[in-house]
Order: sequence, then C-alpha cells, then structure tokens
Amino acid sequence: MKRFLVLTVGLLLLSLGSWIGWKTISRAQNRRLVLTGSSTIAPLAVEIGRRFEALHPGLRVDVQTGGSSRGIADARRGIADIGMASRRLKTSEKELLVHTIARDGICMVLHAGNPVSSLSDSQIVGIYTGKIQNWKEVGGKDAAIFVLNKAEGRGTLEVFLKFFGLENPSIHADAIVGDNEQGIKTIAGNPNAIGYLSIGTAEYDQKHGVPIKLLPSHAVQASTETLAAGTFPISRPLNLVTKGVPSGIAKTFIEFCQAKDVHDLIKAHYFVPATR
Amino acid sequence: MTSLRPTTSSPPRADVFLVFALRALAVVASGIVLLILVFLLLESAPALEGIGLTRFFSDASWHPLSDRFNMMPMVFASLAITFGAILAAIPLGIGSALFCRYYAPPKLASLYRALLQLLAGIPSVVYGFWALVVLVPVLFPSLLAGIVILSLMILPTVALIADASLAQIPLEYSHGSAALGLGRWSMIRGVLLPSARRGLVTAILLGLARAIGETMAVLMVCGNVVQFPKSLTDPVRTLTANIALEMSYAGDLHRSALFVSGLLLMGLVVLLVAIAEGLSRGKIYA
Repeated sequence: MKRFLVLTVGLLLLSLGSWIGWKTISRAQNRRLVLTGSSTIAPLAVEIGRRFEALHPGLRVDVQTGGSSRGIADARRGIADIGMASRRLKTSEKELLVHTIARDGICMVLHAGNPVSSLSDSQIVGIYTGKIQNWKEVGGKDAAIFVLNKAEGRGTLEVFLKFFGLENPSIHADAIVGDNEQGIKTIAGNPNAIGYLSIGTAEYDQKHGVPIKLLPSHAVQASTETLAAGTFPISRPLNLVTKGVPSGIAKTFIEFCQAKDVHDLIKAHYFVPATR
Repeated sequence: MTSLRPTTSSPPRADVFLVFALRALAVVASGIVLLILVFLLLESAPALEGIGLTRFFSDASWHPLSDRFNMMPMVFASLAITFGAILAAIPLGIGSALFCRYYAPPKLASLYRALLQLLAGIPSVVYGFWALVVLVPVLFPSLLAGIVILSLMILPTVALIADASLAQIPLEYSHGSAALGLGRWSMIRGVLLPSARRGLVTAILLGLARAIGETMAVLMVCGNVVQFPKSLTDPVRTLTANIALEMSYAGDLHRSALFVSGLLLMGLVVLLVAIAEGLSRGKIYA
C-alpha cells in the first residue's frame, strides 16, 4: 500500500518536473512571430500559422485578436510583427504597408422561386428595418417577407451593417442564424426568405443544386470572380499590415500567406484568395 | 441479520485498495463539477464586474456589441421550451413504458424497447437537421418547433428509465393486487405507479436536464431571435443556443457575458434538480 502511494506521488512529481522543464526549454528555443488584430482574419491566420510552423521548426506563430484597429495600432508601435486588419486603411494610417491576402464578401440571397431579381440598397434597408414587410412592395408576390439575420460577432453581419449603414438593434429579424450553411438551409426551405451569406458558400451551394438565388449589388453580378477582382461592392479586403518593408521571418510569413499553398485554407474559411 | 462489516480485525488488501480507488473516483467526479463552476465564475468575472449583475436583467435588449446585455428573454425561452417539451414527453414516455411492461405482448414489447433505444442513440444534430428540413418549413422557426423536436428527443430517455424503474417493482405487488381482484388499470394506478414514483421522478429529471442542455437541435429550429415570445409561433433563443451561436466570434466583455449565460444555465439546472429532489422526497415520506 505504502509502496503504491510512494510510486504514484513519485511519478506525479516526475511528470510535473519534466513538463516544467520542457516548457522552459521550448520557450527558450522558440522564436516568435506575433500577429494581432482582426478577429475575422485571426482563425485563418492561426491555421496558416500552424502550417508555417511545421515548415519552420522552432518558430511559434502567436495570433491574438482585438479588432482591426488594435492590429493597426500594434503594428505601428512595433508591439506586433504583423497587424491584421479586415478593412481598407484610413488616410491617416497610410504609412503602414498593406499586404492583401484574401477578400471577404457577402451577397443578398433569396429562394430560387422568388420572382424578385434585384433590390436596391434602400429597399434592402427598408426590409431589414421592418418598413417593407411584403414582397409585393418590391415587385414580388403577395407574401410576408421572412428576414434572416446573423448572430452578433459574425464577420458577415459586420460587413452587412457597415455597407448598409445599419445598427444591429434596429433590425427586425424573423430568424437569426449562426453559420452560412444554416442560413442556406433556411432560405432553401422558405420561398419568402431573404438573407445574406458569404459569396463563396452561396455560389458553391447554388452550383450544387440548392434552390437559392444570389442578388447582384449595384448591377454587379455576385460571384467569386467579381469579388476576387474587387468590383463587387459589398466586400472588404483581408489585410496584413507592417511598419515599413517586412524583413526576415515576417517577410517569409507574408509571402507564404499570399502563396498558392494556403488557398485551400482561405477557401475553407469562405474567403477568396486575392488576385494580385 | 449478518453485518456487512468483515469480522476480522484487518480487512483484506483488495478491499482497502477498492475503497481507496472508489474514494479517489468520487473525489474526481465531484472535483470536476466544482472545477467547472470555478472556471465559469473566473471567466464570467470580467463581465460581472465590468457590466454588473443587474444589467443582465434590466438592459433594453441583448445586443452585446452595442453594449446591451439583457438575458432574461433567453432564460424565459430556455424554461418555456424545457417545460413544454417535458409536458409533452411525460404522458408519452410513461405511457410507452406502461405499454411495454403491462399491455404489449412480450415480442412486441422488446421490439418497441429496441426502437426506443435506437431513438435515444440518434445524435442531436441529426434530429436538428431533420427538423430543419421537415418541421421548419411547416411550423417556421419558432418556440413550438423547438418544443416538438425536444419532446421527441427526450421521449426515449423518459420512456426507457420509467420502464426500467417499473421493472424493479417486486413481483409480489402485482401478484398481491391481482389476488385482491384489482383490474389491470387499477393495479397500475393504485399500486405500481406509486411504488415506482422515485424512478419516475428520475426519468422526468433526466429528461428535463437533457432538454435544458440541448443545443444544436434547438439552435437549428428556434429562430434564435432574442425576445419574449408572444405566442407559440414566435422565434426564441435559448441560453445554450446563445453560447453556441456567438462564442466562436466573441471577444472581451461579449465573451465573458456568454460565460454568464453558462453560469445562469448551471443555476437553472441546480434549481431544477433541487426542486425535483424535494418533490420526490416529500411525497415518499409524507
């Protein structure tokens, strides 16, 4: 009995000791690349970072969120090696160097059976704020509009609100969905629904026979091509920013983010790789 | 009667080890619950300090990014959906158990039991997807759709545990009541159901716990609009759905506020368990 106890305690101490030792050694060995900023880019940056770490043993890519503004501020002050910003830079921030790695865009989506083929910005605002309640007011059938919104914190919600100049509390939704896939299922099952989705996902599902319709914006077709080309209006660039021309490991990382090797990761997050 | 304690002065080695191991496991099990509670408290501390407890009850709405943190509609929705589901599942579940045990021919009963076990094993996402494709186009995303899918999900839990607790009633009870000339229904109502009360309460309790903790299916069919529903057909958002919807994209205070949802949820479960315990005790000893 006693021997058993001694053995257990001994083993525990041993493993604790080796864990602490391993931690200190690995921390001493590691070089770190620090990225801070946009929570839209962060999940993608984490995955790219993981792949990058595998190629560069002994390097740790440290990704922290806190919003695009923090990313820009940190890059400026040199706290972060690279800042992440999911918006265009303001003129006051132009001294930073921008490296676009991908584009994120959303489009309005209807059920394929809905006769409405385009909506103006003000009509969309009217629908989402509850001023327009019936499809016949915008040239459709006599049926109540079923409005779909996204949960707070989602990148697509942020793009949508910013583009149409809306505040989330003023939106009257009939349902709130989480991810794009749930949104698509809901619209495909309801002929009177309207929602907005990531263009990448919406296009993929439409090509695979899901009965949805992607609405153009400002007469520009919603597709991954127009998004990649930068002509589709409801979109934003996903940028890495650096103070001055990057060098060393930061330069290698940015080049890695823009290379074909990570296009699969970018697409998996429903973004489109930026065409240079 | 012989005592359970061994009569020799020193118990066998194997027993000592067993007791030691069982105690250790008990400590681990209760330790995990405590750790979860401590973790929830730590993670929600920034929100409790930065926002203040009262604002979770008094704010205008739940729009964490616009600094509004009212969770009461979600607490209400969680309770409404749970009680709706259990109200539907109790008669169906206990009815199924009674049918299995006392009315069905043995072959049919075992087939039916196997079917219930299968139903209990279906993952909740599958229920959710089915409801999204079949229920939602008819009922729309609503409180009602949530209640329907949840009652289906907890039905097998309630039925199987009720069935098991009916099986534990000593055979003498039914023999005795048959000898007194009671009919089948009088026997069930007067003798068997009351003596299985403890097990039936457990069945209902586990059903309740599963219902209040259910996330994916509810997230898919309830519409997730944060509001007090005016009717059964209004969309609602439960506390669990709130966490699942927003956690992966939340930062800072918003994230911490979601842990407060978790804390509230834990509080609700503790409350339900306490009430159920109290109810079953009171009736047994009264």
